[in-house]
Parts: sequence; C-alpha cells; structure tokens
Amino acid sequence: MFKEIKKSVILFSGLTLICALVYPLAIYAIGNSVFADQAKGSLVHEEENPVASTLIAQNFTQPYYFHPRPSAAGEDGYDGTSSSGSNLGYTSQKLHDAVKERVEAYRTENSLSTSQKVPMDAVTTSGSGLDPHISIANATIQAKRVAEVRGIEENKVIDVIRKSTQQPYFGIIGKEKINVVNLNLTLDREFGKVKI
Amino acid sequence: MEVFDMVLFALFAFTVVVFGFFIGNYVYKIFDGKKTILDPVIAPIENALFSISRINVEKSQSFKEYTISLMVFNIFGIFILFFILFFQSAIWLNPQNFSNLSWHLALNTAVSFVTNTNWQSYSGESTMSYFSQMVGLGVQNFLSAATGVAVAVALMRGLTGRGIGNFYIDMTKTTLRILLPIAFIYAIFLISQGVIQNLSPYVDITTIEGATQTLAMGPVASQEAIKMLGTNGGGFFNTNSAHPFENPNELTNFIQIFSIFLIPVALLFAYGKFAGNRREGIAIFGAMALLFALTLGSTYYAESQGNVMLSELGVEEGPSMEGKEVRFALGASSLFATVTTAASCGAVNSMHDSFSPLAGGVLMLQMMVGEVIFGGVGAGFYGMMIYALLSMFMIGLMVGKTPMYLGKKIEAYEIKAVIIALLLPSAAILGFSAYAANCAEGLAGLNNAGPHGLSEILYAYTSAAANNGSAFAGLTANTPFYNVTLAIAMFIGRFGVIIPMIAIAASMSNKKTYALSSGSVKSDNATFTIFLACTVLILGALTFLPALTFTAIAEHILMLSGKLF
Repeated sequence: MFKEIKKSVILFSGLTLICALVYPLAIYAIGNSVFADQAKGSLVHEEENPVASTLIAQNFTQPYYFHPRPSAAGEDGYDGTSSSGSNLGYTSQKLHDAVKERVEAYRTENSLSTSQKVPMDAVTTSGSGLDPHISIANATIQAKRVAEVRGIEENKVIDVIRKSTQQPYFGIIGKEKINVVNLNLTLDREFGKVKI
Repeated sequence: MEVFDMVLFALFAFTVVVFGFFIGNYVYKIFDGKKTILDPVIAPIENALFSISRINVEKSQSFKEYTISLMVFNIFGIFILFFILFFQSAIWLNPQNFSNLSWHLALNTAVSFVTNTNWQSYSGESTMSYFSQMVGLGVQNFLSAATGVAVAVALMRGLTGRGIGNFYIDMTKTTLRILLPIAFIYAIFLISQGVIQNLSPYVDITTIEGATQTLAMGPVASQEAIKMLGTNGGGFFNTNSAHPFENPNELTNFIQIFSIFLIPVALLFAYGKFAGNRREGIAIFGAMALLFALTLGSTYYAESQGNVMLSELGVEEGPSMEGKEVRFALGASSLFATVTTAASCGAVNSMHDSFSPLAGGVLMLQMMVGEVIFGGVGAGFYGMMIYALLSMFMIGLMVGKTPMYLGKKIEAYEIKAVIIALLLPSAAILGFSAYAANCAEGLAGLNNAGPHGLSEILYAYTSAAANNGSAFAGLTANTPFYNVTLAIAMFIGRFGVIIPMIAIAASMSNKKTYALSSGSVKSDNATFTIFLACTVLILGALTFLPALTFTAIAEHILMLSGKLF
C-alpha cells in the first residue's frame, strides 16, 4: 500500500506541474503576447480609463441610449462579479409577475400601445445576466425613442443599427443580433455624447 | 422549426463524426503501443515520470492491482484538492482575497472534480482564488477525464482478450498525448475569440453612463478548453458557458459543443479497431446516435413551443428566452443542453432551470440512464457496455443460447457486476431525492415552488450520481446537508460503476474466445443496435418514470391548465 501511495504522489505531482502550471502559464504567455486585448477582457478605454468590455452588458438607463436585456446578475443586475440567471421555471408566479411588470415598463418607455407585442428578449433575463446582445426587433422599437431624445432623424439611428448588426458566422452559424455596448458607443461617436 | 437550426445540427453531426474518426485512430495507436506523431516530444517526459515513480511498464495489472492503483490515486486527489480549497487564503494567486472554503463545500468540490462531475455548489467568481481554479481544479479536469479513458481502454482490452493494462500508464498517456495537445490549441483559439486569460485583479470600470461596474477576471481560457474536452463542465464563472468571457460567440459555442462529444465518439472508433471489426464500434455508435436524435428532437420541440403564459402578457410568440442568451437562442441552447446531459459534461450555455417542463425532463432522463448517449470521456463507453452486456444476456436467454459478447461467455460473475453498476447510481438518485424532499434541510434550498421545486431536487441528485454536474441552478446547494449528500452520491455514482467495470474487464480478458458460428447472435449489426437502444430506453423508463411523472410531467400538465406556483 505504501508503495502504491508513493507512486500516486510522484505521478500526481509531475502531472500537476505539467497540466496545472506549465500549460496554463504557457497559454497565458501566448495569449497575452498574440491576443493581448482579448486576454485582458476586450476592454474599451476612454482617456486611458476602461469604460466597458464589449462582451459584457452594462446597465443603460438613459432614454438616449439603447437598453440591454433585463439582468438577474447580482442585486441590481449587470454585476460583473456575480453572473446569474433567474432560474425561474415556466410555471413560476415570480417570473409571471416580473415579465408583466417589464412589459408595461417597456411599452411606456417606448410609447407603444397596449395591444402591441413586445420582443421576447426585451422582457426576459438572460442566462448569464451579462448578455451584451439584443434582437433586431428590440433595437428597432427603441430607435424611435433614442432618435427623439437625441433630436435626430429616426432613419439615421436605423442606419446605425443596420451597420452595427452582427451577421451569422460564414452565413450559417448563428443569427443576426446587435451588441448594445458597441451600438451605444457608435451612437456617441456619430452623434456626440448627450450633455445633461 | 428553423432551417438555421437544422443546418447547425447537421454540421455538428458531420464534424463530430469526421474528427472522431481520425482521433479514434490516433487513440487506438496510442493504446496499442504503436508509434504516433508526438512520440519524440512526449515519450521522454513519460519515461521520466514512470521511472521516478517506479511503475512497471511491462506488466498488465490484475483486477485487484488496477482497482487499488485507481482508488489510491483518486482518493489522494480528493485529499489534495480538499486541502487546497480549505486553505486557499494562505496560498498565492488570490488577488480578491477570497476566504477559505467551509469544510463541507471543500469536501463537495473535491469529490466533485475528482469524480469528473464538476457539480458546483459555489459561484466561481466570488469564491475561488486563481490558484484554486488553475491548479487545484485545473489538474483534476485532466486527471478525472484521463481516469475515465483509462477504464474504458481497460474494458476494450479485456473484452477483446488482451490484458487490461496498467492504470497509471494509460491515465498518463491519455493526459499527455490526447488531452493536453488538443487543449493547448483549443485554448489559444478561445483567446483569439475573446475568452480571457489573465491573472489580474478584477477590473473596476466607470460605465458609459458614469456608473460603476466590476468585471471578474482570471485564467479562463486554459480552464475552458479542458473543461469541455474532458467532459468536466465546471465553469470558471457561476453561469458557466453562458458567461460571455467563457463563451463569447456562436463559433466558440459550436466548438464547445463539438468538443464535448469528440473523445467519446473517438473512443467508439478506437473500440472497433480493438475488436478487429469496425462494425462493432459502429453498432454501439448507431445505438447512441439513435437515442441522441430522439432526445435532441424532443428537447428542441419542447423548447420551440415557448411559454404560453408569457405570450398572454403581450410578449411576442416564440421560444422562451428566459435564461437564454441572444447569441445562442433556441437552436444552439437546445443542442448544448442535450449534448451536455447526454455526455457527463454538465457545462451549460443556458439555464436548464428555466427550460420548459418536458425539455427539463428529457435532460434528466438522459442522465438517469447513466449518460450512455455518447456519455463522458471513457464513462460513456463503459456505461454503454453495461447495457450491451445486458442486451446480449437477454437475447441469449430469449433464443436459448449461451449468451456471448465478442465470442466470450457472459456468466453470472459479469451479470452480477453489471447489475451492481446499474443499481447503485439509480438507488442513489431515488433514495437521496426522496429523503431530501421529505426533510426541512432539503426543502430549504428551493427556488421554485410546486412540481418544479421537486424537479430541482431530483435534478440535483441525478446530476450528482450520474457525474454530470449541471443543475437546475435555482437550488441553493451550499449547505452542509446538500454538500455532504451530493458528495456521497457523486462518489457512489463514479466508483460504484468503475469498480464493477474493471472486474468485468479483468474477468473477460481471461476467458476463452469462441469463434462465431452461423447460429451465433451477432453484435455488429442493425438488429443489435436497435435492441441496445431499446434496452436503454426501457430500463431507464422503468426505473425513473414514476419520479419523472411527479416532476416534469406533472408540471407540464399543470402548465397546460394555466396553473402558476
């Protein structure tokens, strides 16, 4: 038995050295020299300060920005250190109530009539709570509000949406979608930041 | 049904089969001692490891020797991981100053990662130091997967009349020659797509609107690659492959799903080579593919129906997006969920807790039958062999012939081992679920009420005993009660199957091989494929239909009548 334990200890140590130190650190070294931006979190800087990661949703509440999907990450949502879905099932009263509230808020915010259907992604929380994407339908509805508050033509905002739309990979894997963080950054770049 | 989704499924099937074929040939060469392309680099490292640890590279082990080596190695792994987690605040690479894990969480996590379950009662980004993730959990992502492959190879050797081999050697070869090289290329690809790999403290940002947000960081890519490839499934972050830093786009998502099935499929091709008849491997593959088509079809259909209660509130009709990411949506979420529970992976790219009742039931059923639909690396193969031997035994009894598989008699000893391997995990699932559903500690952790709450409990023990690791994540499992009982279920589900399988491998390897006559029952044709698939379905259904009736099916029926909980 003692011999067996000794074998295990030696082999375990050797494999730990290779798989748990050499391997991840080699990946670290290659990643940070060849794909440094990605390895550090695809951060966007303004005057040297990070303002966003293009992969992670952040909360947008102002009417002149496009709003991301609702989030269940952390207490107030969009918590980058506490990713989470709601984990509510189909027959959950809590889910029912939450969606009802969100539908009403979305309609008010975007001046929709009570008969108008609301896009699914706009009123449901994502898996991670950090989903940076929204559907084209969701963005198109919000375009009117964004244009009005910014005092520009709706067509121009629609143009930005069209340009920011991400296409499927190789034309077959995935669907059209829009990254809210990138979209809002583009808005500010094209039409200037809104001064309050 | 959308055309895009069908294209995705077809592309997935094609890629898995093509790559599985080539990797399968490579796997066979490694374990048959033939020359392979990586020999010049890896052979010296292996030889050094074997000579320092004095492992006899010539001799095949007996059942007892093999079992002792495997258990000592794995239990030692549990000890080491327990201590790393229990003392993590005193070790390096802890920029967020996370405290030590409680004894029960450390125990649960240690058993979880060593048994290839990777159940997580914790949330990675708020619990684990980089050292715990990268070294503690990281090494087990390799070794637990390699243990599974070693046992599968031992069984292939035994069934085809060879000595079962040496645990240490096969485990090391799997790690260094299969897992490590693929993971290396894989991880670099992931970084190129946006998966992070750093050791920085969490980044504070002032958002575009001027609020503050903190982003969790870490060495994710290296972990992510082996997490998928080794069907481990323990995410770096709480939401696993739904988190954009783990799985940023459709391309990484495709590769992640593909990599879950890659080695399990490759092993089937390798098995055909060992048996000296490709069709033996293809017959097993066929049964798995048939079952997979059924489960994927059911999950996809159930999910595509959407949640009627949401559309009544004025939401557009269509699949529910609660718990799903826009970039994955219906097709890629359903595929990921079906693949991850068919295999023993347990990574998720959408929240299974928010799936429709029937889809959730299908995911559970796949785990309940023992994850034999391609299954975990190694575990899927030896798991399916339980059913293959049982099928041949039943066919033999029905037609009145001595039951044989690959020309070797199946006798009382093998059938006893098969029954143990079949009953232990099932007993763990149903026994623990029944107990938890009837005690205060068990009910305290529920996030959903009604039948869906019971589903959360049943899913947890199913996932643990089947060594899957995915969850109906609403369940708060980080309590002494759940941590300890789930750890026991994981241990039983892993070694309660592995040890009987080694026994079968060793016993079969010593048996005389009879030549097939025209009257023998063959195992390399479509009849066997269909019989095998039916055996899995019938045994699974008989054992678990009552439990599923109280959970998934009850919830579905109540949902149709508009009931909320």
